[in-house]
Amino acid sequence: MSTLAVHDHGVAGHDHDHEHHHHDTFITKYVFSQDHKMIAKQFLITGITMAVIAMLLSILFRIQLAYPDKSFPLLETLLGRFAPNGRLDPEFYLSLVTIHGTIMVFFVLTAGLSGTFSNLLIPLQVGARDMASPFINMLSYWFFFAASVIMLSSFFVQKGPAGGGWTIYPPLSALPKAMKGSELGMTLWLISMVCFIASSLMGGINYVSTVLNMRTKGMDLWKMPLTVWAFFLTAILGVLSFPVLVAGVVLLIFDRSFGTSFYLSDIILQGKIMPYEGGSPILFQHLFWFLGHPEVYIVIMPAMGISSEVIAVNSRKPIFGYHAMVYSLIGITTLSFIVWGHHMFVTGMNPFLGGVFMITTLIIAVPSAVKTFNWLATLWRGNIRFTPAMLFAIGLVSFFISGGITGIFLGNAALDINLHDTYFVVAHFHLVMGSAAIFGMLAGVYHWFPKMFGRLMDEKLGYLHFWLTFICAYLVFFPMHFMGLDGVPRRYYAMTEFPAFNRWLSVNTFITWAAITAGLAQIAFLYNFIHSIFWGKKTTQNPWNANTLEWTAPVEHIHGNWPGEIPTVYRWPYDYSKPGHDADFILQTTPLSETMSSNLPHDFEDNPAGLSQYNEWEKTQRSSEEVK
Amino acid sequence: MGFKKFINSKKALSLVAAFMLFGTNVLMAQGTGADPKAADSTSKSDMWIGVGYYVLLVLLACVIVAVVGKILRVYDLSLQMQGKKGMNWNNIIGVICIIFLLAGLYGCYWSFVVQGNMILPESASEHGGKIDFMFWTTTVITMFVFFITQILLFGFLFKYRGSDKRKGYFYPHNNTIEKIWTIIPAIVLTVLVVFGFFTWRSVTNTDNLKNDINIDVTAHQFAWEIRYPGKDGKLGQVNYQLYTPNNVLGVNFKDRNSFDDQKADTLVLPVNREVRINIHAQDVIHSLYMPHFRVQMNAVPGLPTFFKFTPTITTADMRNRLDDQKFEYLLYCNKICGGGHYNMQKVVRVVSEVEYENWIARQKPYLSDQIKKELHLADASQPNKAAENKIALNN
Repeated sequence: MSTLAVHDHGVAGHDHDHEHHHHDTFITKYVFSQDHKMIAKQFLITGITMAVIAMLLSILFRIQLAYPDKSFPLLETLLGRFAPNGRLDPEFYLSLVTIHGTIMVFFVLTAGLSGTFSNLLIPLQVGARDMASPFINMLSYWFFFAASVIMLSSFFVQKGPAGGGWTIYPPLSALPKAMKGSELGMTLWLISMVCFIASSLMGGINYVSTVLNMRTKGMDLWKMPLTVWAFFLTAILGVLSFPVLVAGVVLLIFDRSFGTSFYLSDIILQGKIMPYEGGSPILFQHLFWFLGHPEVYIVIMPAMGISSEVIAVNSRKPIFGYHAMVYSLIGITTLSFIVWGHHMFVTGMNPFLGGVFMITTLIIAVPSAVKTFNWLATLWRGNIRFTPAMLFAIGLVSFFISGGITGIFLGNAALDINLHDTYFVVAHFHLVMGSAAIFGMLAGVYHWFPKMFGRLMDEKLGYLHFWLTFICAYLVFFPMHFMGLDGVPRRYYAMTEFPAFNRWLSVNTFITWAAITAGLAQIAFLYNFIHSIFWGKKTTQNPWNANTLEWTAPVEHIHGNWPGEIPTVYRWPYDYSKPGHDADFILQTTPLSETMSSNLPHDFEDNPAGLSQYNEWEKTQRSSEEVK
Repeated sequence: MGFKKFINSKKALSLVAAFMLFGTNVLMAQGTGADPKAADSTSKSDMWIGVGYYVLLVLLACVIVAVVGKILRVYDLSLQMQGKKGMNWNNIIGVICIIFLLAGLYGCYWSFVVQGNMILPESASEHGGKIDFMFWTTTVITMFVFFITQILLFGFLFKYRGSDKRKGYFYPHNNTIEKIWTIIPAIVLTVLVVFGFFTWRSVTNTDNLKNDINIDVTAHQFAWEIRYPGKDGKLGQVNYQLYTPNNVLGVNFKDRNSFDDQKADTLVLPVNREVRINIHAQDVIHSLYMPHFRVQMNAVPGLPTFFKFTPTITTADMRNRLDDQKFEYLLYCNKICGGGHYNMQKVVRVVSEVEYENWIARQKPYLSDQIKKELHLADASQPNKAAENKIALNN
């Protein structure tokens, strides 16, 4: 077995030299670090920074939507030419929407989420010294950092950042004259995305190979925590789908800069007949959504994995239906490749094809439903400990239900005719992948903060942060469903041109204030996060009494994670509250022979020798009882 | 660790504070000093006062939170000093969960009653009824699941909130239950899929009939152009390369079907007649969206699309039903298309057959005098082409 071979080599090669030969300089320790724990922190802090920026952008355009007729001199002071006379420029409004979406989907919820937790948890939970390729791991972060810088730099070019929506459909994005946001800003967007995808691929390949090759002794696939399963499948999904977006983006660059017509045909722009012929804008949409749809699962699956783990730990119960949870993740992964057309029901794609995509789309709701029911069953008769991480994981479940259910409407082609591109869609995806995934990420931050920084975050502030954010997120997105059902389109700079929409103005104002409150609630998080890094309470080795391998590693970070030999794994990660055992958790590293009183026949499924021993032990127990 | 020392050092902290203070001063100075106009500078300082006011409010909120936090901590510690157990946060959060559940249920109820009344304007097309029926079926099924699962979720949180006296119930799996809740959603979704599939096919899989009205709607930044087929009921061909400022659609006048094509400012449709809207775009992707008719289809440059539907309620009728004499059906753009995207609308008017005939008779032909002149001018400057054109015209 290759797993064992690699593992043995790792132990033999690394056993003694960890504690000795590392004299890190500031640069190798904090900047160009190749240690997966440091890279995880780099991803996390960059991700949080980007999230704050994207959140501020959203508040800017929410202000515009709430007060379309009001002038805010502060905006002119802050944004200059983008907000003449204190009112946002309509094209800059679209840029804000675009960059908000791009940063949130890619930079926060893809890189920030997978980057942080795959890096931190894969080696620690499968029992590896580091990633399969630490150098590529480091490159992955720095490509991501470069992509972030390029993306943000587009705010400083003359015409402003890209403005065609985060889906950048050509011809709007392909014709620099079509809008300000299609000029240099769009070029920067495309360059940034190419760097981003390179980063994501390097990360993904690393995650896959680490999970497949570097698991410790005893850690077979069915003993992996659901987090690792989720990161593993996410990485596969990313590796297979991101390259398609590169293809799409490169062709778009060709169309923009080298006069090709991949996506362009029959165009008269502002009275000028353009020479493009024979291309198809729909081709781009196919390429984009071939990534774009798996992308939403790339965003949500790690969050699901994190929540499954956090819910099991804090319910003090095994996750219900571990196998079903894994199979549903696999099902989602597979199906997510064949549902992309549901974004394109009304684009003029052949309606029959639309019907087929509708069938595949609604099938994907089944594994999602199974996951939800299994989470509920995990909570049932648990002994629920409300840590902030637990609350955020529960928030994910609640959002996933609320947002997932509206997916059944949008996945239905007939209903999509009336709902496509309205606020109903905005509400749907902000709940099911936006809020749910960010809550999964925050659950991860609160839960593994002690692992990352060796200190605990303040629980009370965590509660405040959770309840404010949770309530405000519902207040923001719930009313949007109704707006969408009334035919209010998304990406409108102002609703003032339509008298019929006036009745939604008060709702818009309400949503904006809810959004601002949610934004302010993040101060509680940021203060808590930064304060706890330096002055938080010191943690113990296993603060949550969890079973997984990362809590057997010392609190102080060492290169190679474990002093001496890597621990061996003997059992699955969810032996919580096992009857017959004194504590309510049993570490994965505890051999079954030490827990004879709590073993079940089920524990020896693929282990006939163990089973016969167990039966013998049972017999002797019984006979000794009879003697008594 | 050098990094930590640096952060901890009070000197560095005070330096940062001083720097920020100085920075704000400079900013303020720029704000007031850079502008020569006195009025401007007062408005600027007013603005900063306003900003300062809100910043102070936020700071105040933070201080209040901090004070409440300290009070809770002191209370907790004093409880512990008296030998009692500290505050039981599991109970507190459990209760908050129940309060949230009840408040949330009431909020949903309120939303459904108040905002739910504002949604889905009465469908004014034949297929709209089918879509609405599909919608309400899906809503009933999904809302049932929504309420059950959310109630269970928050109910469980309260009921099974942690306690030292209890242990969780070790219950790793139950294949029967899992099979049940895989198969039931699968069956329900199959029903919805089949139902939806046939609805979708019946809406989109339409035949072209002889007495359909064919109308061309062309989108460009940021307006819609409308072309009616004229008496022959056939629209002339278009070719974007024939675009001129007068012939904005690039209608090909070598095609004789184009001679009687008509231009219109409003999309007027006769009630209860099948209409086929041919949708074109000239520059970027737009989307033709008419929510009252449950109609939406993208307008894609280089890829003509269409949507067929039958309006069933006239504008006048709808005005009476809604008791709003200003009501108009609207067609607007629903795909991001640039700076003017938010105001790209056209009035749609559904009228009786007779009114329609009267109205259509009054519409100007697309082949305007200017276009005629243009074609003629082209004739004069290029004799060869003129001959071709004449042949075409005589055909």
